[in-house]
Amino acid sequence: MTIKEIQDSIVEEFSMFDDWMDRYAMLIEMGKECPIIDPQYRNDNYLINGCQSRVWLHAEKRDGKIYFTADSDAVITKGIINLLIKVFSGQTPADILAADMSFLDEIGLKEHLSPTRSNGLLSMVKQMMLYAEVMNG
Amino acid sequence: MTLSNFNVNDIRKQFPVLDQQVYGKPLVYFDNAATTQKPLCVIERERDYYLHENCNIHRGVHYLSQMATEAYENARKTVAQFINAKQPQEIVFTRGTTESLNLLATSLGQLLVGEGDKVVVSAMEHHSNMVPWQQMLMHRSVISTGAKRSGEISSNLLVIRMDKKGVLDLNHYEELLKQRPKIVSIAHISNTLGTVNPIKEMIAMAHKYDIPVVIDGAQSMAHQVIDVQDLDCDFYVFSGHKMYAPMGIGGLYGKMEWLEKMPPYQFGGEMVDTVSFEKTTFNKVPFKFEAGTPNVGAALGLETAVKFIQSFDRQEVESYEDELLRYATEQLSGIEGMRFIGQAPKRNGLVSFVIDGIHPYDLGTIIDKMGVAVRTGHHCAEPVMTFFGIPGTVRASFAMYNTKEEIDIFVKAVERAANMLR
Ligand SMILES: Cc1ncc(COP(=O)(O)O)c(C=O)c1O
Repeated sequence: MTIKEIQDSIVEEFSMFDDWMDRYAMLIEMGKECPIIDPQYRNDNYLINGCQSRVWLHAEKRDGKIYFTADSDAVITKGIINLLIKVFSGQTPADILAADMSFLDEIGLKEHLSPTRSNGLLSMVKQMMLYAEVMNG
Repeated sequence: MTLSNFNVNDIRKQFPVLDQQVYGKPLVYFDNAATTQKPLCVIERERDYYLHENCNIHRGVHYLSQMATEAYENARKTVAQFINAKQPQEIVFTRGTTESLNLLATSLGQLLVGEGDKVVVSAMEHHSNMVPWQQMLMHRSVISTGAKRSGEISSNLLVIRMDKKGVLDLNHYEELLKQRPKIVSIAHISNTLGTVNPIKEMIAMAHKYDIPVVIDGAQSMAHQVIDVQDLDCDFYVFSGHKMYAPMGIGGLYGKMEWLEKMPPYQFGGEMVDTVSFEKTTFNKVPFKFEAGTPNVGAALGLETAVKFIQSFDRQEVESYEDELLRYATEQLSGIEGMRFIGQAPKRNGLVSFVIDGIHPYDLGTIIDKMGVAVRTGHHCAEPVMTFFGIPGTVRASFAMYNTKEEIDIFVKAVERAANMLR
């Protein structure tokens, strides 16, 4: 699936819930399903700054595509990073760099996008983009 | 029998900010240790100042300036009386606790601390009462040795140990005092653990060695009656915004003997006596420490906040707040996996906790959505979190306008969130 298609399906899934509780419950579920980072990378070099909880993110390139793994000590944060992983993992660096992230507004995560928000969604997106940039070409 | 004037519903009417919905739920504001809300009288006082009285002080011969100067100096008197200082001149207005502590680290540091000298703090200090001393001491060593030799440098900051309940070890404190530190600086009430430290006793202990004591009163002014003469502390520092006053104003009480001896902290207008290009002499205490134009409007707001607090029977307020804390602790303790961080026998104003297997950030995020405002994280006291081996806590802190009904909402929210997160 393309990034856009994955985003659309996530938006659709989230839109089934009117209640924020259900949306958070879904994020928590996603947190529990996050592809977990290899313990050897669970160190400060892979830590994303700017979060109240800690998030580790690793990326590797296979056959021209990037695959992410991550972990966090907070499950909501883990859910958010897994949401991003679902969107970006298995995509080419060029596609990742060109991605439109407005789907985050549509699933009601907009409030998390503000740069002062302590869960650091913005830092996570940035870090993924950075990986894509380095691995591009 | 005294006639009770404490009615929480009436009090809440004076805090319009409390009467609002967030995410469609009534706001429960339990982040009072970070900052309290402001009553209408305080907001109106500051507004009135800008509407009718605004003027720079201590400089103009004209009517408005004299009125503003008088009002500002009256505010100093009110604050002095509030904490029972001997004289108004012993109150220096600052931006708050942090600025007061930086002033002391710099100025008292210059007066007393030389190369290799030591300062005592406790294991439960807010960063504001630790980093200024640490940096000052580091600076001394860097200057004298010409290099940063880190291990050696930080060892001049002596830290009073605490136990797992969050109680300071006074035997250890005594040991540290025997090393003849130059200054002791400790919190009256811990902002992470709620511990009320036995400061009167600790001050007396330090005085046996002729060591001056600084008390960080950020968390106590709104809750407890402070009598600096009875405590016999050398310095007492606080923030207005944590005691129903505006942001941007706070204070430093210092015994006159000290303030007179201490060098100025900042230089500029207002704090000088005579100035030439060769030489400057400085103004009297407290003006020597108040360089530049002060926050007059906020100082007047602080005065009004003090009068607001004084309009109640303090004992009654204290009992009411104690009851809130007792009730919250009791209700929370029924939640599975609950672990209180800070279980000192004497606590005040707040309850801090973690729940097994749940990150405080997750819990805070979910209950925020239920309209409950608490603080999660390390509360500017990272060494405390390291000591307890946790990433942070959830902290609910109370003010006189909070209610048991709000605690019920809060406890239900925590329960629901914990069930979601487990
Ligand atoms: C114990 C303690 N000390 C110092 C401070 C710093 O106060 P301010 O930020 O108002 O300067 C705080 C505020 O959180 C505190 O709780």
